[in-house]
Parts: sequence; C-alpha cells; structure tokens
Amino acid sequence: MRRLPVWLKLAAGFTFAFLYLPLLVVVVYSFNDSRLNAEWVGFTLDWYRALFADEEMQLAARNSLFIALVSSLCATFLGTLAGLAIHRYNPRWLPLLVITPVAMPEILLGVSLLVFFIQVLHLTLGLLSVVLAHISFSIGFVAIIVRARLAGMDEGIFEAARDLGASPWATFRLVTFPLILPAVVAGFLMAFTLSIDDFVITFFTAGVGVSTLPLQIYSMIKIAVTPEVNAVSTLLMLLTLVLVIAASRMDKSFMKGGA
Amino acid sequence: MSRTRPPGFLPTLGKGGQGGFWRHSAGATVDTYLLEGKAPSLDTTALPTPTLPASGEGAVSSPAGGGGWEGERGDSSCTRISQSPPPPLFQRGEISAKWAITAPPTLFLLVFFLAPALIVVLASFQYPGEFGGLAPLTDPGDGGEHGLTLENYLFFASDWLFAEILLRSFAVAAASTLICLILAYPVAWMIARGPKKHRNLLVLLVILPFASNFLIRVYAWMIILGPQAAFALAVNGLLGAFGLGPVSLLFSPFAVLVGMVYVHLPFMILPLYTNLEKHDPVLLDAAQDLGANAWQRFWRVTWPLSLPGIFSGSALVFIPVLGMFAIPDILGGTRDMLIGNLIKDQFLGVRDWPFGATLSIVLTLCVLGLAWLAAWAGKARRAHA
Repeated sequence: MRRLPVWLKLAAGFTFAFLYLPLLVVVVYSFNDSRLNAEWVGFTLDWYRALFADEEMQLAARNSLFIALVSSLCATFLGTLAGLAIHRYNPRWLPLLVITPVAMPEILLGVSLLVFFIQVLHLTLGLLSVVLAHISFSIGFVAIIVRARLAGMDEGIFEAARDLGASPWATFRLVTFPLILPAVVAGFLMAFTLSIDDFVITFFTAGVGVSTLPLQIYSMIKIAVTPEVNAVSTLLMLLTLVLVIAASRMDKSFMKGGA
Repeated sequence: MSRTRPPGFLPTLGKGGQGGFWRHSAGATVDTYLLEGKAPSLDTTALPTPTLPASGEGAVSSPAGGGGWEGERGDSSCTRISQSPPPPLFQRGEISAKWAITAPPTLFLLVFFLAPALIVVLASFQYPGEFGGLAPLTDPGDGGEHGLTLENYLFFASDWLFAEILLRSFAVAAASTLICLILAYPVAWMIARGPKKHRNLLVLLVILPFASNFLIRVYAWMIILGPQAAFALAVNGLLGAFGLGPVSLLFSPFAVLVGMVYVHLPFMILPLYTNLEKHDPVLLDAAQDLGANAWQRFWRVTWPLSLPGIFSGSALVFIPVLGMFAIPDILGGTRDMLIGNLIKDQFLGVRDWPFGATLSIVLTLCVLGLAWLAAWAGKARRAHA
C-alpha cells in the first residue's frame, strides 16, 4: 500500500470539515439561549419546547410522514417491478422513463406536474398530488438499487429453480424476491428519505392547503428565522441519520445508488 | 394439449380452469373449455406433453369417455413431477409475467411523467389564461385569446435579460462544478487509496450530510455568513486591515456559490470514488519503475483513467445547479436570479404559465444538449483510446 502524502490528507480533512462544520453550527445553536444565531449565550431546551408546542409544525410533520410512507410504499412496488423488468426483459423505453425524472432538474418535474394536475386532471392540489409526484421521482431510485442487486446475481439460480419445476411466480416468490429483499428494503428507505426531504417538487405540487416539514422550514427561513428552525433541523437530521445508516446496512448498492 | 402446466401458471391463465386447476383433473379443464364452446387458447403453442401416458392423450381427444379418468390422474401427476416441464410452456407464462411486471411502472410513468412533460411543451405554445393558467385551445366564443402561438418564444428572444439570466445560470453551474471537483478529488482519492477497512465508514461520512435536508444545509450557511456571525466578522476585520470596506457575505453571488457547492459536493465525491477505487495500483508502480515522478504518475495515469468518474460527477452537479431556485432564493440577493427563479416566478408569482413553460423547455433543451455533448465526448474519447 502506497502511503498517502500529508497534503492530500490535509485537503481531504478540509473538505470533511467543510461538510460537517455547518451542520454542527445548526445543532449547536439549537441549544443556544438567544433569538439570534450569533453569539453563545447559554444552554437551553426552549427551542425544542417551542417546537413541540407549534401546532402548524406538528401538522406539517404528520403530513410529511404520511406522504413519505404512502409514496415510498407505492414507489417501492413500482420501482421493484421496473428494476425486474429492465433486468429481465430489457424493454426499450422503460429505462429512459425511469431514469429521466431522476436525472432532470427537479424544477422541471415540479412545474410539469403542476400544469398537469391543474390543467388536465382538474385536481385540487393537496396530499394526493404530492404523493403522486413523489412516487414518480422515487421509482427511478428504487429501480436503480434493485437492478444493481439483480445484475450482481448468478442467473444459474433462476434456471435451477425452473429446472426443478418452479413456475415463474414460484421462482419469484421463493428465489428472486428473498434474494433482492435487502435491495427492496434499501430502496424503500431511500424513497422514504427522498420523500421526507423533498422541497422543490412538493413546493410546486402542494398548493396552499398542505404543508410539509421542508415547506414549513422554507417559510420560516424566508419570513422569520428563529432557532426553532435549528431545533427542527436537528431532529430531522437525527431521523435521516437513522434511515441512511439502516439503508446502508441493508444493501451495499445503496451507496452507489445513492450517488 | 395443455394439461401439464405446473400449478404456478394458474394466476396468469385466467381461463376456465382457474383456481384448483391442478387439484382437479386435467381433463376437467378441457371439459370446461368444450362446455364454454371455445378452444383453449393455450393449444396453439402448448406442446403435447411428454409426461402423460398415452391413454391420457386419448382421453383428452375424446371427452365423451370422461368417466375413466379418475384412475389415470394420479399416474400423470406422478410422472410429471419426475420430469422437467417442456420449455415452450414457460414462454407462455413468461409473456404474461412480462406484462404483469413491465406494465404497472410503465403506465404510471407514462401518465405522471411523460404526459405532464408533453403538456408543458404544448403549454409553451399557448396564450396565458385570463386569471392565470392557460387560455383555451379552441375558441371559447367570447373573443378571448385562444389557440397556439409562438409569442412566448419570441418574447424570450426579444429581451437580452433572459439570455443573461440563462448565461449566469450556466456560469454558476460551471463554477460550482469546478470547485466541487477540486474539493472532491482529494477526498475521493483518500478513500480509494486509504486502508480498506475504513472505506465504507468514510463513504458513509460523505453520504450523511447529503442525507440531511438540503434546506437545512442552506440554512447553515445563512447562519455562518450572517453579518453578526464570527466568520463574517473575521472576514470583514481582515478586509478592514487592508483598508477595504465591509462586505455583505450573505445575499451575494459568493453565498450562492458556497451554497451550491456545499449542497452538491457529495454528488461529485461518490462517482469519483467509485471510479478511483477500480484503478489497479500496479499501474502506478509501473509508471514509477519507468521513471515517472509523483506529478507525472497523477497527470498521465490517474487523471486520464478517472475521466469517466469526473464526467458523471460533473453531470450530477451541473444539471441540478442549472435548475436550482431555492439556494439563490435564500442565500442570494435580488440580482442573483437564475433561470430556476425565473421559472418559479412565472408559475407561482406573475402566473404567466405559457412563458414559464417556454423557459422550462429552454432549460430542458440545454440539459438535453449537455447530455448529448457528454455522450458524444465519451464516444469520441473511447474511439480515440
């Protein structure tokens, strides 16, 4: 093993500091006994108390959880099918349909769904429109993770199952599905994280009636910055921390799929 | 005849013998087909089964003699298990399985991705509605604007301001990509060349901040760059020492760039790492043996080999930055508007949807152009190599 030069380690250390210090600042100020995110005054949990007394914030959190749960379950189902279909049948257009929403700037998907929901479906924007929008951008991520898992598997297993008389359904139920399950769970966690974090697409498809945590954070940042934002950010960071660690333990391709 | 399908084919058949096909006799199914007066659709491709005894074959061809089947059923199922089913039967199951697997995601994405995208193309050629939205395509009868027009595209071309905003977006995206590359390379290299046991942990450390909400990450810089924060005070103190006036770090192009780089940095590190990890260290030893110094080993071996990683990382940074509106919205001043902000304003501010749609199409074309250019460059490079 070649030794790494010191300056390289320093440069990498700098980048890691650049990645983590700002987040640390948010966490630290969430415990600061001052309305301003400027100097350290003293330790307090007031901002967390304010947060748990804030009914709008709680409603937003419930909306976020509901949207994330429903949309990630649907996206996991559809994305797993898409991953299987792409791997096994190599359909002509599906890969393009799956990848494009992932690769495009989010704002384009957001505005196109806004126009589509209002102008074509005459749908009142709300929970349903947000859920549908979230499914359409999450499918791709699930499909990528599931497909990566399938690509790494030995085709011989499936042939063996069939030679032993298993039907396609039995092959799927008894062989394929248990093998891809870690990727499916990782895909679900990924879709859940993406949904609960999404701001841009929710911003366009939520309308005026529905708020989610990111929308709530955005309006707090834009209108009145208080350390309550730091408190909710800290809690949200904890949640995603748990989710990401869970997902990365489930499946290694999450690392690459997440990239 | 179609009698030796394994039980699992049932869900995909949906014909007369559904539900307990296998538990009843094969002949009963054929009977059902005859009673319904239609040919079993399977017979066209299903091969005569090699597993059935000859008497079974005969029984099927003469349904009238149905009474004698009971005894033979047991035999046929026994023989069936001992042999592998014939391949053509699987093909039939495969076709319906293929549809069952491919259709749901395809349909969903056709409706909730492709259709909306096409609607935006159409909207970019429409007039704005009187109260927002779109004007009707057909004459509503009140003499209002309707039908298709090129007006939106002409409006985009008529004012240099729009081109300027587009160019500024490109400049910000290019600068962010370059800074990300400079910051990401050492990290990716360190993870890829460092001890194996640390790799997964370090990759996780790169992913973690990326997993926290991006508004939170932008907000963090709002605190750091804020006028009362230690960082801003230090910078202004330093500038003051040189006799330069205090500058506002927040709400400036600098803040926008920092935010863009911060939010997108992991997108550059991860593909670069995936690429660098695959390099064979023997190549560097060979280069050293041939007399290459450290710089030459990097510039003539590692760098060219890492170009695919650089390309995919750059695409993952450049494209989202190009369409970003939230970061300029939060960290930028009024003059730092990018194409994303312009689009957002058309849809949610001034409510000129057709012009917003036009801007979206322009942005889409830019992205497609870049993708095409990247594909072309990749192909040219491979041809060259």
